[in-house]
Amino acid sequence: MTPEELEEIAESERASQGRFTQRVNVCVAAGCLSCQSQSVKDALDQEIGKRGNKDHCQVKGVGCMGLCSEGPLVSTSNGVLYKKVEASDGAAIIDSLEGSAVSRLVCPTDVPFFQRQKKIVLENSGVIDPDRIEDYIATGGYTALIKALTEMTSREVIDEVTKSGLRGRGGAGYPTGLKWSTVSKSVGTSKYVICNADEGDPGAFMDRSVLESDPHRVLEGMLIAGYAVGAAEAYIYVRAEYPLAIKRLRNAIRQAERVGLLGSEICGTRFSFKIDLRLGAGAFVCGEETALIASVEGKRGTPRPRPPYPAMEGLFGQPTLINNVETFANIAPIIRNGGAWYASIGTEKSKGTKVFALAGRVENTGLVEVPMGISLREMVYEIGGGIPEGRKFKAVQTGGPSGGCLPTECLDMPVDYESLAKAGSIMGSGGMIVMDESSCMVDVAKYFMDFCMTESCGKCIPCRVGTYQMHRILTAIGNMTATDQDLKMLEELCDLLKHTSLCGLGQSAPNPVVSTLKSFAEEYRAHIQEHKCPAGVCGAQTEGETA
Amino acid sequence: MLSYVTKPVPPNSDKRWKLVDATIRRQGQQARGLIETLHTVQEAFGYLDEQALRYVAVSLRVPLSRAYGVATFYHFFTLKPAGEHTCVICMGTACYIKGAPQLLDAVQRDLGIRPGETTADKKVSLLTARCLGSCGLAPAVVYDQEVAGKVSTAGVREHLKKWTSA
Repeated sequence: MTPEELEEIAESERASQGRFTQRVNVCVAAGCLSCQSQSVKDALDQEIGKRGNKDHCQVKGVGCMGLCSEGPLVSTSNGVLYKKVEASDGAAIIDSLEGSAVSRLVCPTDVPFFQRQKKIVLENSGVIDPDRIEDYIATGGYTALIKALTEMTSREVIDEVTKSGLRGRGGAGYPTGLKWSTVSKSVGTSKYVICNADEGDPGAFMDRSVLESDPHRVLEGMLIAGYAVGAAEAYIYVRAEYPLAIKRLRNAIRQAERVGLLGSEICGTRFSFKIDLRLGAGAFVCGEETALIASVEGKRGTPRPRPPYPAMEGLFGQPTLINNVETFANIAPIIRNGGAWYASIGTEKSKGTKVFALAGRVENTGLVEVPMGISLREMVYEIGGGIPEGRKFKAVQTGGPSGGCLPTECLDMPVDYESLAKAGSIMGSGGMIVMDESSCMVDVAKYFMDFCMTESCGKCIPCRVGTYQMHRILTAIGNMTATDQDLKMLEELCDLLKHTSLCGLGQSAPNPVVSTLKSFAEEYRAHIQEHKCPAGVCGAQTEGETA
Repeated sequence: MLSYVTKPVPPNSDKRWKLVDATIRRQGQQARGLIETLHTVQEAFGYLDEQALRYVAVSLRVPLSRAYGVATFYHFFTLKPAGEHTCVICMGTACYIKGAPQLLDAVQRDLGIRPGETTADKKVSLLTARCLGSCGLAPAVVYDQEVAGKVSTAGVREHLKKWTSA
């Protein structure tokens, strides 16, 4: 594969797509597929076949368009987005290509949900066919890889990533350029790149969506990373619970190998690279780097003390670069447009955009990509469209079981790594769950503690025993049988787990409790002293639910 | 690649062991292929029983205790066969605050089993998931591999009734 050959593929794909004067894109990512979007696509295909329009009208399966709650979504070449489309609407939509839009199905796109977004990671989602490498190449795909391989040294690639200010999108926000630089300087007989696609946070589905909608973007990011750090082998550690993402990744890897973008001596250079999949098997702790490495090696996913960090001693004892899916998805645009361009977006310390999975008690649920520094209020009320059924906002939860609940007072806070940490939560991988007055914060804290207790790997005692004891106290508070003494013990345990646990899971497990204790102390008091649950959630439940 | 003194023989003549053998070969008969191999076994047979674990352990030259340890550490692996139908209720955060506990409660009462169990007539297995990533459709339930969104208590009961009365 030479730059000329790549351009040739792009040209011929653009030419063959240019033949079509009309286009209908149907979302075939997991969200819409579970609302029967495949049957919608089949109906459209059939309709076109019936009318003999196949030569100038194209029906294409594309990735996620974002507004998952209104699926299945269909967009047309005359700029209309349709929501909740059924197979029986096929004929009407094909008719609309030459006439006026089908008003009963129109989904307005001039609303903040679409207008306030800035798409870098998701620029191809909902536009290209994730199963065809040609479509990705036609939109400029793999040009960043070619540019890196033929015009830049590995040092220059790392410098560009450093200049962009990109920070790890998995949650902790470690500067990506620094990580790459460390791995590139480490000495080993071989080096590895690992893409962490074990999206374990409940309430987060950004990585899944990126993998299902634009898998080649992740491969390209990994290839550039491999070139920059000097690795020849890579693994994508992906959740077995995401069968569609696995299927599309396998397909993407095969296609890239076929055209010579993966394999040996890529682009006639000395750079060779191979990517393999490893399936996770459902262990939240495997989001932790060292546990993930153990799992890739076929062992139980238990973490080990750091240092040595994976950048020095990782997979099979060799220097290893681990980044999250979204981090890799940001790399190609950074190389294409330059680090300075990326650094011009966002806040002083948090650059670029972030993809969030907006869910819970909010009108518009789905996937959004916004510039760093947007306020929570804009997220909830403008993009999210506010709280349904006229209820009152109570909190927004970020960062999953390692994060916290942010109350009304925090609504005007900008969303960036520092502000969220200061408010007692974390950026996390990007789950954002809105809660209204019908949610009890004690119950939410108990829910997350139950999660951490179940997911604790059991290696270190503070986490194994501590999460159990904290869950016991939270259950007692929920059952209205706790005392002030219990509350004091709960606070002590928060401190203990934070400072003595081996890995991030245990260290951050108290976060949901700490943040709710801080912002919703009166709810805890009501349970303990007045024996009642202000939200009317606790006490009404059966014990089976905590199982 | 190392070679065996004597090549382990599959527990029985079931053709599906060929799939397992293919994965073992692809992993170079090395311990690092343990999780991948267990995935293949579970995909082929639906669950991991003792004879399967023994065979995998011998083939990859790991102690049986390690194969058992890995199989029980990860939630995705199951040591028991599932029922004719499976119902997975998502307990992710978005589903949780949108009523997944009530769904689970109703199903538990109707079927008389707890998550991870199968009804006595082997018709339905009940499972819970940490998060399906279908948060936009909360609460979500998976009926036999098919994801259903915005499920109501009445909806899930009706679906289960179709299975149990069939």
